[in-house]
Amino acid sequence: MVSDAGLPPQFLRAGSSSFTEFLASVRPELLPKDRDADLSHLAPHGTTIVAATFDGGVVMAGDRRATMGNLIAQRDIQKVYPSDEYSLVGIAGAAGIAVEMVRLFRVELEHYEKVEGAPLSLDGKANRLAGMIRQNLPMAMQGLAVVPLFAGWDTAAQHGRIISYDATGGRYEESSFHSVGSGSVFARGALKKLYRPGMTAEQAAMAVVQALYDAADDDSATGGPDLTRKIFPIVMIAGPDGVDQFDEAEIAAMMDDVIAGRMNRPDGPEAGLR
Amino acid sequence: MSMMYVAPEQQMKDRADFARKGIARGRSVVVIRYQEGICLVAENRSQSLHKVSEIYDRIGFAAVGRYNEFENLRIAGIRHADLRGYSYDRQDVSGRGLANAYAQLLGTIFSAGGEKPYEVELVVAEVGLSTDSDEIYRLTYDGSVVDEDRFAVIGGQTEAISAVLAADFTEGASLTEAVQLAVKGLRAAPGGADEIAVGALEVAVLDRSRAQARKFRRIGADELRQLLDTA
Repeated sequence: MVSDAGLPPQFLRAGSSSFTEFLASVRPELLPKDRDADLSHLAPHGTTIVAATFDGGVVMAGDRRATMGNLIAQRDIQKVYPSDEYSLVGIAGAAGIAVEMVRLFRVELEHYEKVEGAPLSLDGKANRLAGMIRQNLPMAMQGLAVVPLFAGWDTAAQHGRIISYDATGGRYEESSFHSVGSGSVFARGALKKLYRPGMTAEQAAMAVVQALYDAADDDSATGGPDLTRKIFPIVMIAGPDGVDQFDEAEIAAMMDDVIAGRMNRPDGPEAGLR
Repeated sequence: MSMMYVAPEQQMKDRADFARKGIARGRSVVVIRYQEGICLVAENRSQSLHKVSEIYDRIGFAAVGRYNEFENLRIAGIRHADLRGYSYDRQDVSGRGLANAYAQLLGTIFSAGGEKPYEVELVVAEVGLSTDSDEIYRLTYDGSVVDEDRFAVIGGQTEAISAVLAADFTEGASLTEAVQLAVKGLRAAPGGADEIAVGALEVAVLDRSRAQARKFRRIGADELRQLLDTA
């Protein structure tokens, strides 16, 4: 018999490469899931996430606001995260649960990669995330839904991909751009006019930042650029060289462009009629 | 069958001999410090069955001996680190904690009467923020831990290899120098080849200059060829 001194026997047992399953068997209480009461009025909600593919990758951006009812709970929340070297996850919905879900998702991907010696496929990652959302279904029914947007560079297919979800864990592949969260209707409308195939990374980043501006313009829960506090959207890309984040200076310059343009035309860039 | 009394000293000696024999059959692994981190070099013909691997952000693992046993320990180590990092924080995972856990486990198995001891030797290496805080722990089959200062050699013919490394080790060596010294050491093993082909080497680094949180990086065949060519 192997003693449990040092490393407990469960650690040595043959099992799958899933960290979530391992956690469920040894420390189930650490899994992000519901306690009991209805907390929807207490929990801050994250709002708008936008993503678009371009030639050589995919870009994802999120505003920085979290709301609690009509209050602004946080002005500088981070809602777009790298989930591993080649993928990004953006979160909308109950912020506390979503942030915790992202934390578990990141460990899940890294754990698999270390145990197996090779990363999961992009589809594999997307399916694992779907499973986590599905486990949150009881909470979703109490008003604490988490709706992430997942995007990444598919190293096998060599192009950027976007995958969206619903609160039940349903998984949908988006072809070129997508948006989730309270301001998503407006952001998607804007992106529809701004997006075109074959954009560069910079153009795609500009398109998603413009779309976020339009979302903030019409949705009170989405935060616009905060010029006095210098709080700007977080923009990340995933491409063949991995995940990269636009640094604050780049975003600030981009924001200056956006605002200068909107001084002349407050509704943003004009799309052709034909 | 009659039960014979065997003195505890003899029992321990037999078990140690058994484990040592198993370990001596395999090729050695060198773990050596350099300016920017810690370099792990193994003579390993397999591209997929690793002898050195990543445990956590700053922690690497190297092993010799029975593959199924150290593979089991490697996965247990990853679970230990990931569980600790997830329940507390990533910065709360330490190489020392992991080395202790391994030591406890190996020590208990070694002295437990019922089963055979593990035929493995391990290195747990943790790269720090500077060269002063780099840590290399060598663990033997009986659970003893040695905190190595400059390098660690595990496997069958450690004396010859250690002698080469000790003679030529310099503080603040570059990665090129460290890899070349490690390979020179491995070549010095009795019965070892004069030349070790690039394909028969498995090299990885814990590189503190890496921007990502995960400092472990495998060195591919092309990069390794360049490192060895500049001699």
